[in-house]
Amino acid sequence: MARRAVALTPDWTGWLAAALAAAGFLAPMGAVLWQAGQLWPTASDWSALRFTLCQAVISTVLSIALAVPVARALARRAFPGRGLLVTLLGAPFLLPVLVAVLGLLAVFGRSGVLNEVLRLSGLPTVSIYGLQGVVLAHVFFNLPLATRIILQGWQAIPAERFRVAEGLGFGPWAMARHLEWPMLRQVVPGAALLIFSLCLTSFAVALILGGGPKATTLELAIYQAFRFDFAPGRAAVLAVMQLALVGAAGLLALRFAGDVTGAAARGRVVQRWDLGTWGWDALLIGAAAVFLLAPLVAVVLKGAPEVVELPAAVWKAAGVSISVALAATVLTMALTTAIGLLAFRVPKLELVVLPGIALSPLVLGTGLFLLLYPVIAPDRVALAVTVMANTLAALPFALRLVLPHLRQAVADHGALAESLGIGPRVWLGRVLWPQVRRPFRFAAGLTAALSMGDLGVIALFADPDRATLPLQVMRLMGSYRTDDAAGAALVLLILSLGIFWIIDRGGRDA
Amino acid sequence: MKYLTAVPGLFAASMALADQPVLTVLTYDSFVSDWGPGPAVEAEFEAECGCDLKFVGAGDGAAMLARLKMEGERSEADIVLGLDTNLTAEAKATGLLAPHGVTADLTVPVAWADDTFLPFDWGWFAFVGLAGKEYPTDFKALAASDLKVVIQDPRSSTPGLGLLMWVKAAYGAEAAQVWADLADNIVTVTPGWSEAYGLFLEGEADLVLSYTTSPAYHLIAEEDAGKVALPFDEGHYLQVEVAGKLAGTDQPELANKFLAFMTSPAFQSVIPTTNWMYPATAVELPKGFETLIQPAKSLLMTADEAQAAREGALEEWRAALSR
Repeated sequence: MARRAVALTPDWTGWLAAALAAAGFLAPMGAVLWQAGQLWPTASDWSALRFTLCQAVISTVLSIALAVPVARALARRAFPGRGLLVTLLGAPFLLPVLVAVLGLLAVFGRSGVLNEVLRLSGLPTVSIYGLQGVVLAHVFFNLPLATRIILQGWQAIPAERFRVAEGLGFGPWAMARHLEWPMLRQVVPGAALLIFSLCLTSFAVALILGGGPKATTLELAIYQAFRFDFAPGRAAVLAVMQLALVGAAGLLALRFAGDVTGAAARGRVVQRWDLGTWGWDALLIGAAAVFLLAPLVAVVLKGAPEVVELPAAVWKAAGVSISVALAATVLTMALTTAIGLLAFRVPKLELVVLPGIALSPLVLGTGLFLLLYPVIAPDRVALAVTVMANTLAALPFALRLVLPHLRQAVADHGALAESLGIGPRVWLGRVLWPQVRRPFRFAAGLTAALSMGDLGVIALFADPDRATLPLQVMRLMGSYRTDDAAGAALVLLILSLGIFWIIDRGGRDA
Repeated sequence: MKYLTAVPGLFAASMALADQPVLTVLTYDSFVSDWGPGPAVEAEFEAECGCDLKFVGAGDGAAMLARLKMEGERSEADIVLGLDTNLTAEAKATGLLAPHGVTADLTVPVAWADDTFLPFDWGWFAFVGLAGKEYPTDFKALAASDLKVVIQDPRSSTPGLGLLMWVKAAYGAEAAQVWADLADNIVTVTPGWSEAYGLFLEGEADLVLSYTTSPAYHLIAEEDAGKVALPFDEGHYLQVEVAGKLAGTDQPELANKFLAFMTSPAFQSVIPTTNWMYPATAVELPKGFETLIQPAKSLLMTADEAQAAREGALEEWRAALSR
């Protein structure tokens, strides 16, 4: 087969990387399952499953339904500050959960801005606590991610096609049907799958904003099983339930998503001739910006006065977090490359890494602990384990972002390169890299930022001397130091966004 | 770039201080944090023991117990520090612990006869609110009021479990009804203490479940007298935090020394302004503690009672708040 020659790496590297990723979560899960304990889920576990599924589906549908028009508006319009806005829109996704929740409450909470305004206007106030709050928070976290992914899809439709369509006299509906719908069909299932998987393991958000035990998710049931009941077997069964949901969703998404059409991404606003007036697009972009940025402004305002006087331990933790983030990024992108170069021919391979997003950090952490404990003191490997957990969680994102473009590049140029007999260096440097550079950098930036913010398993392995920044934020909050915690959270936000911006930027400019 | 070099070095064993005996203390994370008692305790003990005191942090009290069970007899820990009386029955049942053998003049407000676990601090649970308002003086009045409360989930947090036991100890068979009446006062339930207290400080609730000593933090560290704990007529449930010695310790002498040190003024005087709890022996309290409420009546189930009551109380709680 012609593609063999343009494959840069031998197949076994891809299989090895996939096997490593799979072992990364299967082994810890097996270790937990191996422990004794009641296995069969209880009645309250089934109701936790129902609530988990219900909130995840609603959150996903709403995030996507809102992201499509917002991404469309952003794809069509050029305006000053657009690049900055697109970067900032990524921020909610990168915030530590608790910080984001406090930001949301500053706007939507009982004494938040919204309710103050309603009160002053003599209108009835609204409560954020309940299913509505859980969904609101999940949309806040995931709308930006969905928007970014779908925006990339829009930008990947070549301007020439819109020009040709214009020339053929396509109206807006024909344009949507022939150009935009095929792209959405390709991009949306993958984005929805990521968001659904993220919402499935939601724990603190669901509990805090859900308003009580009604809002019990599987993740909370896992937490309870581990801690007070110490029934690791049951925790593992609950984790299997989570993974089964993600696996089913993954198969569904792969069925819906076809292959990419069109040439590789151009990365600028696609020039279009079917634009009406600004009104509707401005409203959409404005509303999304206010919804996503207002809680961030609250976080910034609260943290800013504290930043200068932060304790030294916070800055030390920032250093630790940066090195964890960079290590996780290098590892993730290496695995993404190895798996990606195989997965464009073996599509289902992507499903192998998918559980990484939805695997409960508590199960992963406990399993790793059980595996490592007989061999090495857990606190010595705290950071290595954190890097590994972050890598497992980021890998599905990175692969999903890079894979379609990789597939496209090979489809577009593979046969020609093959017939010209060009060597691997030229193929990589002149053909492949320019095509996948943007999504690759975006994926790397996202991985780095996610790894900065992730609390994940570190709390289980905590080494007093090498705390990460999110752990330090939690410690400050746990010792009444809410103001310092707000300052440290702002540092975390700035670092996450900064590291994302630096890595992603190269992909957009060059 | 200094920290980048730390990553590859992680797998390397730390060779430092290899000539000194090491005493490993398994404790909860906030004890070892830079703002907890850990650093001061470590410095004080190392000055007199000729050893290396090593704290290992593991989440909170419940996570610590889970960790102890996972480590089992292989555990390298010599001391486990930071369980509370809701967890000690289960900890004792593991058979991993040995008698502490310390006699100390304890100031815990209940008689203490446990020969496995030795208290190092304690506190009364209480609802905390802003000063200068009229507040209810028992659970029933609280339930009848329109005050909004934020509490912790008893399935994931030790204070949350403490509140569950408080209501159970005060109301027994009536507890389910009390929870049902309280349901409309509860704004939300958080996974842990930090989230609940954070929500309260943000103004999301009028009251938060915390400790009678919480106002002391604001008074002493922030010079803010604006927080008060509410005295309740039913009495206040206690949280007694304890430590124990592992039977499998390879440093029994040092472990004994540490437990004795734990009840000495050097350790105890660090507690009030780092853990913001009451010390377990008579040491002078920092200025500001005299302003705190002193509940007339203390409630505490024994470890076995607490263990036996937990599941039923949890189900009552869940049923009442799920409606």
